[in-house]
Order: sequence, then C-alpha cells, then structure tokens
Amino acid sequence: MIPASFDYEVAESVEHALALLGADPDAKVLAGGHSLVPALKLRVSRPSKLVDIGRLSDLAYVRDAGSQLAIGALTRHAAVQGDPLLQEHCPIVSSTAGKVGDPQVRHRGTIGGSLAHGDPASDLPAVILALDAELVIVGAGGERTVAAADFFTGVFQTAVGPGELLTEIRIPKLGDATGWSYLKYHRRAQDWATVGVAAIVHRDNGTATSASVALTNMGGTTLRAASVEAAVAAGSSPAEAAAHAAEGAEPASDTAASAEFRAHLARVLTERALMEALA
Amino acid sequence: MSATETWGIGAPLKRKEDDPLLRGRGTYVDNIDLPGTVVMVVVRSPYAHARITSIDTSAAKAAEGVVAVYTGADLRDDWKAAMPCAWPVTEDMKNPEHFPLAVSEVNYQGDGVAVVLADTRAHAVDAAELVDVDYEVLDAIVDVAAAAEDGATLVHEELGTNVSYVWPLESGTFDESADVIVKHTYIQPPLIPNAIEPRGVVARPEPGGDVTLWSATQIPHILRLLTAATLGMSETKLRVIAPDVGGGFGSKLDVYAEELLAVAIARRLGTPVKWIEERSENALATIHGRDFVTTLELAATKDGKITSLRANVIASMGAYLQLVTPGIPLLGAWIYAGPYEIPNYSVTFTGVFTNTTPTDAYRGAGRPEATYVLERTMDLLAKELGMDRVELRRKNFITEFPATIASGLTIDSGDHHASLDRLLEHLGLEELEAEQQARRDRGDTKQIGIGFSTYNEMCGLAPSRILGAIRYAAGGWETATIRCLPTGTFQVVTGTSPHGQGHETAWSQIVADQLGCDPSEVEVLHGDTSISPYGLDTYGSRSLPVGGAALWSAGEKIIEKAREIVAHQLEVAADDLEYEAGTFTVKGSPDKEMTVKGAAWAAFAAHNLPDGMEPNLEATATYDPPNFSWPGGAHAAVVEVDTGTGDARLIRYVAIDDVGTVVNPLIVDGQVHGGITQGIATALYEEAIYDEDGNLANGTMAMYLVPSAAELPSYELDRTETKATDHPFGAKGVGETGTIAAAPAVINAVIDALSHLGVTDIQMPATPERVWRAIEEAQQ
Repeated sequence: MIPASFDYEVAESVEHALALLGADPDAKVLAGGHSLVPALKLRVSRPSKLVDIGRLSDLAYVRDAGSQLAIGALTRHAAVQGDPLLQEHCPIVSSTAGKVGDPQVRHRGTIGGSLAHGDPASDLPAVILALDAELVIVGAGGERTVAAADFFTGVFQTAVGPGELLTEIRIPKLGDATGWSYLKYHRRAQDWATVGVAAIVHRDNGTATSASVALTNMGGTTLRAASVEAAVAAGSSPAEAAAHAAEGAEPASDTAASAEFRAHLARVLTERALMEALA
Repeated sequence: MSATETWGIGAPLKRKEDDPLLRGRGTYVDNIDLPGTVVMVVVRSPYAHARITSIDTSAAKAAEGVVAVYTGADLRDDWKAAMPCAWPVTEDMKNPEHFPLAVSEVNYQGDGVAVVLADTRAHAVDAAELVDVDYEVLDAIVDVAAAAEDGATLVHEELGTNVSYVWPLESGTFDESADVIVKHTYIQPPLIPNAIEPRGVVARPEPGGDVTLWSATQIPHILRLLTAATLGMSETKLRVIAPDVGGGFGSKLDVYAEELLAVAIARRLGTPVKWIEERSENALATIHGRDFVTTLELAATKDGKITSLRANVIASMGAYLQLVTPGIPLLGAWIYAGPYEIPNYSVTFTGVFTNTTPTDAYRGAGRPEATYVLERTMDLLAKELGMDRVELRRKNFITEFPATIASGLTIDSGDHHASLDRLLEHLGLEELEAEQQARRDRGDTKQIGIGFSTYNEMCGLAPSRILGAIRYAAGGWETATIRCLPTGTFQVVTGTSPHGQGHETAWSQIVADQLGCDPSEVEVLHGDTSISPYGLDTYGSRSLPVGGAALWSAGEKIIEKAREIVAHQLEVAADDLEYEAGTFTVKGSPDKEMTVKGAAWAAFAAHNLPDGMEPNLEATATYDPPNFSWPGGAHAAVVEVDTGTGDARLIRYVAIDDVGTVVNPLIVDGQVHGGITQGIATALYEEAIYDEDGNLANGTMAMYLVPSAAELPSYELDRTETKATDHPFGAKGVGETGTIAAAPAVINAVIDALSHLGVTDIQMPATPERVWRAIEEAQQ
C-alpha cells in the first residue's frame, strides 16, 4: 500500500493550480483525496505530480445566484449536507451528499472531486445530471460552462481536460411543486451504490407531469433514463414507467451484481424513487 | 457479594489487556524496529497456474536501496525439508512438495516467486515491480467439485490426480428403506479470515547462528519446532516470540513461507529482516477457510425419529497442504449429527487440490461446515415430515450424558432442552409468527423469517491419544507454571498464546480464585519460547479447556505443597487443615490460620521448612485432556428480506450458549459476539470469489464484504450452564461456538421469510442477487 513515487505541489490560487497542471500533462488534482489516495496506494493511479488544491478555501462555498445556487468545487460533502440554502432550495443535493460513503469520507471528500473523478458508482453525478446542472471549468483559455449532460464522458472520464480545473457547480432551485428522491442499493453502509436512482418529479395534484431520472452505476457514466421520463410525461404510473428503467443501459457485471440484476434493481429503485418523489 | 465474586471465576472483570491496547501502547510486530533492518517484499504470481520460464532480477538488484533479491531457485538449498504439513490424515495422502518460494511452477494467484530486500519499504516495493518473471500460463481449476472429477485439469501434474485423500468414518448402515429420506447438496464458499492485524515477521540474527523470530502467530512453540526443522537448525538456536497479536481466527495457526524466508535471509545477510503483510496481500497470501461441497442425507421415521445420516464432503485444500489443511474437514467428522441421537452414521471426506490459496483453519474449522449442512437439512426434514422444526429438533436431542455417539466419541455433558427452552423464552416466537403472517397477508415488500440452529460442537483440542489415532503429528496437552513470589504475588507462565482472547485476565481470575489474591497480583507471561514452558499454543477453543485446566492443576500442586508448609509452621497435621480461597485454617481452632502467600514467604526464606522439602513455592503442571470439550446451545435469527431488492438483513439474533463454567462473562460475551458476527458474515456477506482462471476477484476490503456494526443488530445473549464433567472446574470452549451456530440459523431464516413464495433453497452467502433469483425461480 505504498504509492509509486510522485511530486507534490500545493496550489496557492486557482491560477497557480492551472499553471502547475498546465506544465505537466500527467499531473492529477488532489482535493479531498478519498478517491485518489486509495487508487494511488493500489498503484492503479500513477500520476507524475499531485497538485493539492485543498488550501484554496475560496472554492468552498454555497451561494444564492438568483434562479440557481452555486456550489464551490471544494465544498466538502458534510458542508453540502448541512447547508441551509441547499436544504431549502435543492434538498436532493444536500440529502444525497449525506449518503456519500461514511462520515470520514464526507468530512474530507469534496463535491467537485467526486464529480471530476467520474466514477459511475458515485452518487452525486446522477443527482447533478437529473438536475440539468451546469459545471464551470477553468483552464488556460479561461472559463467555460458545461451542461451536466455533456460533463460525464466515460468511466473515470469527464469534460475536465488536462490543465483544467472544475471550480463550480450550478444547480437550479426547485419549487414547491417539485418532488425528489435519491435511492441507492448498497450492501454495507460504506459501500458504493450497486445501483442508484435520482428522480426529480414535477407534480400536479399528486400526479407526475414530468420527471427527470438519472441512474448511478448502470453504465460507464451516470445516464438519464429517457424512456422512464417519456413514460411519465405520457401519463404512465410509477410502476409502468419504472419498467423502462434499464432500457438503453449497459451496466457492468462485477462481484457486487450481474448486469441482469442491476437492470432489475434499476426498475425496483426507479419505481420507489418516483413514488417517494410524488409523496 | 464476597470478594471472589467480584474478581474470581465468574466475575465480569474488565480486561487487563485493554488499557495499553486502547491507548495504542501495544507492541505488534510492526512496532518492532531494530537497527539495520532490511525490509522484505514478496513478488507474487499474478497467475493461478503457470510455469516459471525465467526470472530476471538484474533491474531490481540495481534499484535504489536494494540489498538483495532472491528467487526460489536461489534459496532452494536453504530448505532442508519442504513446507511442513503436520496432519497426514491417511497413509497414502498425496502431499505435493512445496517450498517457501516456488521454483518452477506457481499454483495459485499470490504464490511467491521472489523476494526483494531493501533499506526501506518504499524501495522494496518499487524494486519488486522490476523483477521480471516470464510465465507460461497453464489451465487452472477453481471449482472444488469439478476438480474432484476424473479428467479434471490437474493442479499438480506429477500427482496424476487432484484428490489428496479420501477419509471415511462409518458406523451402522444407512436405512435406505426409511419412511422419509431427505438429501441436499450445499456449497460453502471459500472465506478470507481477515484478522485485523495482517501477518508480520521480524527475524534478527544473533551471535553464533541463533535467530530470534517475532511473528504475528498463534503458535510460537509449533512455529519454532517446524521452522528449525525446515531450516535444519537446532531448535535451541531459534527463539520465537509472539508479541501482541491482533487476531488470528485460525489464519495464524500455520507455518508460513514468510516466516521461513525471514529466518533464512536474516542468517544469510546477518541483518534483521522485516516483512509486514499488506491488507490486499493478506487476501491472497494468508490461508482461506471453508470451500466445501457437501451432500447430506437424513433418514427418519414418519413420526420424526432420525435413524441415519450420510454425508459426502468434498473439501478444497487449495493449491498446497499447509500445516493442518487436510485435517480441517475432519475436525467436523464426529459431529455431523450435532446434538441429535442418530444411530447409523457415515461420513466421507475427499480432500481436493484447486488453483486457489491454500485452505486451513478458520474459526470453527470443520465444525461450522458440519453444523451448517445438518441444521439446513433439519429444516428440510421438518418440511418433508410436515412437522414443526423446533419439535423435530427436540424429538432427536441427546438427553442422557455421558453420551457415546455413533461417530465413536463420548460427550461428557449437555442439556439441549434447557438451551432451547431458554431461547424460546427470549424469542417470542408466537408474536414473530403473527407478524410474519400479517406481512404475508398484506403482501408486504418486506417479509420476515425466523431461523433456528441447535448445535453441539467438539473443541478443546485435544486428547493426545485421539490425535495420535487420527494421525496428527503432535499431542494436545498444555502446560502452565505458577511461581509464588515472596511478595505475595504470583507469576503465571502459560504455554497458550493469546491473540485477543484475554488470557491475561482470565488466567489471573483463575489463580485469584484458587490461591486467594487479587487478579492485579497475578502476572501472566506467554508467547515467548524462551520464557514459557513447552506449550502447544492457541487454537480450536483449547486455551481454557486445556491450558486453563493445566493452570488449575498447577494451582492444586501449589496448594498441596503449601499445606505441608503450613502444617509444619502451625505444628498441626496436614489433614487437620482446611483450605478455602487462599487460606488454611486448623479444624476446631479457627484463629489459627496461614495463607498461601504466607507459605510462599516461608518457602522463599526457607528457614523453617519440613525436613527434606525443597525451598521455593512453584509448580508446573502439564494437562492432557481426557476428552474433547463439548459446548452447545440454541440460536435463532430473525431476518427481514426486501423482496424487491433481495436484501436480507438481520433484525434480531438470539443466542443461548452452554459453555459450562464461565470464568469471565464479559470475555465470553465478546467471544460469542465475534463468533456470531463471523457466522452471519458467512451467511449473508463474505465469499472469496475467483474467476475461472483463478483470479481472486474481490481481494480488497472494498469488495470483500466484512460486515460492520451498521449492518448488524445488537445480539440478545444468554446462557445455560451445564458444567463439563471432564474438566476440573467445569469449563467448556467458547471461541468458535457463535461461528458454528450462526450461519444455518440465518440462512434458515432467509428461506423461512420466502417460503410462502415457494423458495426452498438459497446458497450462501445470501446476496441480494441470489435472493432475487431464488424468488424468480420459485415463481416460475
């Protein structure tokens, strides 16, 4: 459990971090370290350099930005979980942050680190995708905003390129007519989701008029359950809509579950999430 | 409450061991830092079965900080004997010769092929990546049942078969024409023991060719004997110390390659050598448990009296025979009938090689495997007979003790009805069944099930003559010394080797109770071959049944000698003295008294001893148990199963154990807690998963599912106390009872929860996917 050797630099500012990252294409960003450090110890990740952004405290915030809330990438899960703005305007984010890993992970891990890591088994990507959030990426060429639908590009791959840094996540405020749920199945308290479902449901008099549904660990990236969304929009019941949950998904088979069982779990959890969001 | 009730036998004394351990002041092997130490890292095969065609160590040797690199061929002549197996269970048992590093062929993923020695661990790990091994990959065989078949891929070509041995035990004839016969085949997958402290070794060369070996081991005495033999050293040249050891569960009851390598290389280099196992390395390089496929048949009359039992056990040895690998299945051979009186008894064991990590002792060792198939089949039989499962168990309990059972041994004591009665008092079965029915009637997603396991096991290894009769190489006795120091304190030296069990506390309580002192006045020394009497270490729930009895016997010798000293000093006849809790009084003259402590001073001063008596009050006793130890009990699990996700979760667990006299109820509860947890883990969570090429697919703690407190309810524990008649103060072993009892209770509960859906079988661990598939299949 000793990493391969690497250089280590502490970033003093975003600009400094970008300069360090730009100078070394094999450098990796170290934020909370709770995904990266285990990978280093197993030597499955062998960066030439770690750029530690852990001291950029001005990247840790939750701000009201009009119709949106802006979350600094370095905000730790525990802070996201406890944030009053999020709890009031977008509780699916604060609630799901409280379901990440275990207390130690939540007090070190960051929202930006979790999203930029691109792990299809992580919880927050599905929530971000279901919310149609926007992600702010800065690089040598300046700042750009990427839609969540374009952010997750592959297994452990995102739109954050070499020399770039994810700095902010912008999520919509949800109104009173919007229900939500994030459900995941995991064996032990600290385990990754075998499958997870994020559902945002627009309600009218107890029935769903439309829904955004995104799945965790049902493929190489988090993905939208488009058939479920279409079924809800067409007036299907949660049970009817949930039957479509695995359509188009290509989940992996591993020691936690076969692809077939993941598809089953996606259907079960989607129905439950839609019901919970409607309740 | 008298004084002894607060600290003698039976008192809930907090453990002496805990203060330093909880403050981080324990001394584990990795805490031993000797000047000039070189760190050893083992290069391991990534393949389960391959020929080594070449090894190039030149780049590794040239790397920064590297002191030496050795291959199996380099060290071959250091070994004067192959790796030891102390239990050749049959005369014709096949035992492939193997050495601490593979020389020409690797037979499991993780088999060692080379070692790197460097000044730091980081340098050693880096250089290990530079050892360039060319392999010719061979077909691997993983599935134990398939490996036993003719024509299977062979693990060891030179043996011509994968079968190491066939070992039968038969008494009577199976009643083929019985009213009812049930037969079922069960898979018990391999398990990774996962002691909280992985293994570790430090070997220090001493002047004159001696070596001191610190090892995270359960067996310093046996390790010394066999390390010396393997290296061709005089036993007197080797001192083995087991310092604080962080658990073992049987996985440290072995002589491992790294222990032998460290000693050999320390002698070669003349510097201390240290090897500390990494956690994911532990998953491959430390023995696994279980990996059985068992077919069990029970024959019974239509009113539920069981007449015959037949078991056919196929047990994986893994790739090689380790210290007691072939004997592990046999430790269950005598108890496939559990607590039941079954006159016709036949069990056959086939030990089979596979390209997987060698198996060996893991908590319960052969007895969980026996109890699991029996208790599962008891439920099947009850269903077949249309009989209540609790009544079926009651009807077949052994009730007269001592009981000579069909397998040939004699159970000294027990009271199974008492344990079951107590269990039912705690359980509230009627309410649970009403709740179960209500959920079924409502069609709830979450269903509950109740499962039982009534068990009887044999532990306290073991009567030496019986061990000899079943071809184990050593005996099963144990030794203890008590030294009464002049200050009125007591030094105990035990041949047992605790690694988390709390012997220092329990042994202190026994001495305090017997010789009249406070437990704080007792010092317990152990785990160092230079200070302890020759002992046989700790495994098989033997320490209290055998080591505790040896200690008691030594105490009796102390009392007898003290009696003569006191009689002499008080000028009375020895027969006129009465003894209780450390004090001799003269019959009829209660004011005349003298304590053992007083006698100890008199023996130390030696001014006024009886003519011819040796000074000093010290005694050593070696105790060879007349019988095994026979704990038993009744357990019940209540599970909730989510029929949507397939998630099965414990909501209650009630355990009634009968371990005879309890020395310390806190320690006993702790043993039962841990044991139950490992049994639940077996039933619901843990399984070493190999792919068909023999790659261990879940060898990290992220993927190998050791359950945590968050997954488990608080257990409801109680005891009945039927004293062992074959033990000086009535104690029975407790280290393995929970693991032996728990798994079938849990699986029976999962099946019970789903029985209304037509589910009759679920393979363990009952993963959500297996539960889901069982429901799907039953619904078709």
